[in-house]
Amino acid sequence: MTALDTRSPATAAARTDPTGRRRRRLDRTNWPLTIVLALASLTVLVPLYVTVSMAFKTSRQSADGNALSLPLPFNPASFADAWALTRFPVSFSVSLGVAALTVVATLLLSSFASYAIVRNWHRRFFRWSFVYLLAAMFLPFPVVALPQIKLTAMVGLDNPLGVGILHAMFQLSFSVLLYSAFLRSIPIELEESARIDGASTWQIFWRIILPLLAPMNATVGIFAFLASWNDFMMPSLITADPGLQTLPVVQNIFQSKFGTNYNVAFASYLMAMAPTVVVYLFAQRWVISGVTQGAVKS
Amino acid sequence: MTMQTPLSPETDTARPGPATAATRVHRRAGSLRRTEWVYYLFLVPALVLFTAFVVAPAAVGIFYSFTDYLGFGRWQFLGLANYRALVSDPAVLGSYGFTLGFAVVTVIVTQVIALALALALAKRIRFAAGLRSVFVIPMVVSGIIVAYVFNYLFSNTLPALATSVGFAPLEQSILGDPNTAWLAIVIVSAWQTIPGALLIYTAGLTSIPADVYEASALDGAGPWKQLRSIILPLLSGFVVINTVLGVKGYLGAYDVIVGLTNGGPGSATSSVAMTIFSGFTGGDYAYQMANATVFFIITVVISVLQLAVTRGRNLRLA
Repeated sequence: MTALDTRSPATAAARTDPTGRRRRRLDRTNWPLTIVLALASLTVLVPLYVTVSMAFKTSRQSADGNALSLPLPFNPASFADAWALTRFPVSFSVSLGVAALTVVATLLLSSFASYAIVRNWHRRFFRWSFVYLLAAMFLPFPVVALPQIKLTAMVGLDNPLGVGILHAMFQLSFSVLLYSAFLRSIPIELEESARIDGASTWQIFWRIILPLLAPMNATVGIFAFLASWNDFMMPSLITADPGLQTLPVVQNIFQSKFGTNYNVAFASYLMAMAPTVVVYLFAQRWVISGVTQGAVKS
Repeated sequence: MTMQTPLSPETDTARPGPATAATRVHRRAGSLRRTEWVYYLFLVPALVLFTAFVVAPAAVGIFYSFTDYLGFGRWQFLGLANYRALVSDPAVLGSYGFTLGFAVVTVIVTQVIALALALALAKRIRFAAGLRSVFVIPMVVSGIIVAYVFNYLFSNTLPALATSVGFAPLEQSILGDPNTAWLAIVIVSAWQTIPGALLIYTAGLTSIPADVYEASALDGAGPWKQLRSIILPLLSGFVVINTVLGVKGYLGAYDVIVGLTNGGPGSATSSVAMTIFSGFTGGDYAYQMANATVFFIITVVISVLQLAVTRGRNLRLA
C-alpha cells in the first residue's frame, strides 16, 4: 500500500461500472454528512485559529478572555517579544539538532540491525536479538526515567546530545519491527546476483538494500522526527542546562513569569507549532502513508 | 580478524549457469555454516547502545527499588519494604486510579470518534481529501503546546462564553474543579490521538473489498447491521492495533497533563508518570523506583493480554 485511497470501495466499483442506476445514485454527494464533517473539523480549526489570532493581539485585548475575536488592532510585535524571551534561534537550533540526531541514529541503527537479523534468522543469536530489541515496546520511558537521568548526568550526557540518543533508543523497537517486516519481502535473489558479481555484504547493503528501503526510511524517519521534535517529557528531565532546552520545553516560561501577556505566549506557541504543521501540509502524502504502512506492517 | 572474500566456493561453482533452485539451496547451506562477521558489525551497535542506555539503567533502577537509596550516598537493603509501603500510599494509589480510569475512558472515546470519522470520510462526501488533511493536523503538533492552548480556552474563553449566555455550570474553569479537570485531559488527549487512529481505520476500510458491501446490501442489511456484522468484524485487527497503541500511550500520559493541570487541583489528575518523576526531586528515589517497577509490570500485563486477544482471534493484518 503506497498511499491512502480516499475513494470508498463502493465508489471504486461504481467507476468501473459504466451503466446502471447505482452509478447515478452514488454520484450524488451526501451533503448532510459533508456538513456534519465540516462542523466536526471546527474542533481542529478553532484551536488553530485561536493560536494565530491571539498571537496578533495586543496584551490588553488578549487578556479579555474572548479568544474567538479578531486581532484588532493588529499587533505583530508579540513575535519579537516571544523571539527574545524564548531565545528562539537557540531553542529552535537545539530542537532541530536533537531531532536530526534522533532521525539519523534511528535510521542507521535500526536498518543495520534489521538487515543483519533478517538475513541470519536461522541463527539463534540474531533471533534472540530481535526479541530483545522488541521487548522495549513494553518499556515506557517513565519506568527507566530515574536511572536514565542519573546515568546521563554521570557520563556527561545530560544535554541535547543525550536526549537525541535516548529518543533514538525509544524509536528502536518500532523501527526494527517495520524494517524487518519490509526486508523479509525483498527477494534474496537480488543480493545473490550482486554477490556473484563480487560485491561484499557491506557494499550490497549500501548499494542495493538501502535504496530499496526508501519508503520505509521515510516512514521511520517521519515517526522519529515527530516524536523527537514534539517531545516535552524527556528533554525537560534529561537536559540540565535550561539554556539548552528544546522549543516545547522553553514554552513553560509563559506559565509563570509572563502570566498575563497571553499574546506573547501564543506568538511563541505559534512559532513552535508552525514548522511541523507547514511541513505536514506540504508533505502530507508521506506522513499519511507512513502512518498507514506502520500500522499495516506491524 | 581476516577479511573474507565475498565469493564463497559455492557461488564460484554456480557461476557458469543462471541461479537455479539447486544453486540457491547450495548457497543457503553454505551460509548456514558461518555467519559473515560484517553482520555482527551491523547488529552490535544497536545492541550495545540499547543495553547501555535502556536495559542497564532499568536493571540498576529495579535493583535499587529493594534498597533505601536516596539517589546519592550510602544505601542498604530493605527487601520488599518499598513495595509494601506503595500499597498503602494514598498518593500512589490515587495516581493509579486516575491513570487507569483516564486510559480506559480516553481509549473508548478516541476509538469511537476515529471510527465514525473514518466511516464518514469513506462515504460520498465533498472535500473528503481536504477534510481528512484537517483532521490529521493534531497528530503533528506538540502535546505540551496543544495543552497550553486548550488551557487558555478552558480557563478563560469557555467561562467567558458561559457567562455571556448565562450557562452556570461552565462559568468556572473546568480545570479548577477536581471533578471535571480529568475531562479536559481526556478531551485534549483524544484530540491529539484521534488522527493516528483515524488513519489506521481508513486503511482498514480500504482493505474491505467492495463486493462485501454489495452482497450484504443485496441481502437486505441496513447500514447499522452492515456496521455490526460486516465492517466491525473485518476491522477487528485494526481495532486491536489502535487499542494497544492507545492504551500504552495513555498509561504514560505526562505532557498533556503538565500543560493543562500539572496534576491538580490538589493531586486529582496526577498520573503515575508524574508520581514517579517526583522521586527525582523528592529524594525518595528507591521508593519511586519500586513504583516504576510495579508500573512496568502492569504495562507488560496489559500489553500481553491485548496481544493474547489478537492472537486468539488469529488475526491477519495486511
